[in-house]
Amino acid sequence: MSQLNIEKGINALKEQIDGPTAAFFSSCVHCGLCAEACLFYTETNDPKYTPINKVEPLRRVWESEYTLFGKVKNLLGLTKPVTDEMLSDWETLIYDGCTLCGRCSMVCPVGNDISGMIRKVREGMVASDHAPEGLIGASTRAVKIGSPMGIRLKALQAQIKHIEMDTGLTIPIDIEGADYMALLSSMEIINFPEYIESLAKIFKQAGISWTLSSEAFEATNSGIQIGSSDIARKLVQRVVDGAEKLKVKYVISPECGHAYTAIRWDGPNLIGRPYPFKVIHILELLDELQQSGRLKTSGVLAKKLTFHDPCQIVRKGGIEAQPKRLLNSVSSNFVEMSEHGNMNWCCGGGGGVSASERADELRLKVFNRKKVQLQEINVEVMVTACANCRLVLEEGLEEYHMDIPVIGLSELVSEHLQEAEPAIKDGE
Amino acid sequence: MEIFSNANDFLLWTRGDAFNIAIGIFIVGVVIRLLEILLLGRKADYSEPRGSELQAEWKGGLKTMLIRSVADKGTFKRAPFVIIVGYIWHIAFLIVLLFFVPHIELINATLGLKWPGLATPLVDAFAIVAMAGMLAMLWHRMIHPVMKFLSTFEDYLVWLVTFIPLITGYIAFHRMIGPYPLALGLHILSVEILLVVFPFTKLMHAITLFLARWYTGAMMGRKGIES
Ligand code: SF4
Ligand code: SF4
Repeated sequence: MSQLNIEKGINALKEQIDGPTAAFFSSCVHCGLCAEACLFYTETNDPKYTPINKVEPLRRVWESEYTLFGKVKNLLGLTKPVTDEMLSDWETLIYDGCTLCGRCSMVCPVGNDISGMIRKVREGMVASDHAPEGLIGASTRAVKIGSPMGIRLKALQAQIKHIEMDTGLTIPIDIEGADYMALLSSMEIINFPEYIESLAKIFKQAGISWTLSSEAFEATNSGIQIGSSDIARKLVQRVVDGAEKLKVKYVISPECGHAYTAIRWDGPNLIGRPYPFKVIHILELLDELQQSGRLKTSGVLAKKLTFHDPCQIVRKGGIEAQPKRLLNSVSSNFVEMSEHGNMNWCCGGGGGVSASERADELRLKVFNRKKVQLQEINVEVMVTACANCRLVLEEGLEEYHMDIPVIGLSELVSEHLQEAEPAIKDGE
Repeated sequence: MEIFSNANDFLLWTRGDAFNIAIGIFIVGVVIRLLEILLLGRKADYSEPRGSELQAEWKGGLKTMLIRSVADKGTFKRAPFVIIVGYIWHIAFLIVLLFFVPHIELINATLGLKWPGLATPLVDAFAIVAMAGMLAMLWHRMIHPVMKFLSTFEDYLVWLVTFIPLITGYIAFHRMIGPYPLALGLHILSVEILLVVFPFTKLMHAITLFLARWYTGAMMGRKGIES
């Protein structure tokens, strides 16, 4: 049984190896700098969390299968094989000890995209049955029920009803021919429905034609997190089908970081073709609307606040300037953490880490990095743009007895929308 | 295997057959290694790039190729030793390799390229800096928890085959052991060992790091990431 699995795992790893991977392994000089970039090393001082060590199974497969020297080593019996035991040992490094935050890939002096390789190793882990329970559960629910948290359409409809009653706004569903189709993350539906309300308010003011889809409202992609292209493909396909059915021009990725990576960058490659629509992140859209004058805010929050850059949106998504512009438009006392933007430190819960209970202790431990960053600037409020970051930040702050509220950026913007819509509406 | 009746024969051999063999292995080895990487290729990327595909990838790729030589501030603060000593010994090594007049003459004789050299005492000083830097790096490798943990036999091997040409060159130049042809022959032989080992070890990073940086930079450029 496990012999079969290990073969599957090795084959999956083989399939992942490409030119960049080979260039990366050829170039690593074991300088150890990537360790200094990774919060799992800096907060534990345990060298096993060194990013390049995490991809050792992939390196072994590359060396023995794709290099002449490795082939000679095979013949001489000098190759260290990838075994089931090895993968069991690596499982916690790959899943609990890495959030795919991409910081190591910014620091390696020879330019290795280590984070990208860790994502590849996860494919081998899934194939060889070494993925953590929490993530298996989440991705099974995502495929079967349609959401990693097991949220069904009914739950969304209930939330929508609430919001509509509370605010008198309408939340459009399944409107064919709308310009924009918005996606949500489960966490937003359950924990932060304010996000949905914010969208409705903002879009009303900006006069955006938008809709949700009853068949494809979930944006998070557990397949990406667990590292299974098969699952990831199914989930992306669902969104693509939904968008094609409603014939929308744009799909809006919610704040959630991994959802953005999945639908914006990985999605077309998973389904093997470009989309007939564009994917835009909510922060990109808000920024565009604000720049073009369609979104008007008034008043600013005077409290000292900072922005936690979600890794997948900023460092790995290329959306760095937009959140800062938006934030500056509604705040008068925005300060940056010492290392921010592309070099921000992860909250510790990305890449599926927060979905795995087993990883909780380690996650809270490495949150110390964020704590230290926050202590340096002493803020009253934290703003971020990812529901998962937000939950992880809240938990971490509580663990370290820091009384700092965390709010979502879109929500903050919507709170500062210029009121008096009826009067202005016709004029502009 | 040849048996040398005297030091002159040995020197001649290192300059003749051995040199040709080493260069041959070096070139064939490097070509094989590069093909191993390049032939694997990259899958087509269907995601919509920010800006034009060609521009985004080339700009990002070339930029990372250059910029990645400079460490970010935070990492520099966290690991100043590796970064500073790393710069120092690499630069000193390259100066000795490329600006010592006899080296330039050899390059000129082999490739027909030449450039002005540096005054010998200066090169001499850089040789000492390079050796001191390498020793410091070796020491760091042996005591730093992460470097020690990562290091394999290969890391120490490549250190050794890089260090020996420096020390033998230094010895030959200062006539610290005699006869001179023997000392010089040993220096040349050590360089030949370096050339032979190069393609099969991480010494290859001197070439492949540009590929690695390009791939990563192109991927980031596509996404509009300022890296
Ligand atoms: S920083 Fe890059 S070169 Fe250094 S050990 Fe990590 S992967 Fe290897
Ligand atoms: S992606 Fe982030 S968490 Fe993972 S190894 Fe790199 S720095 Fe560490």
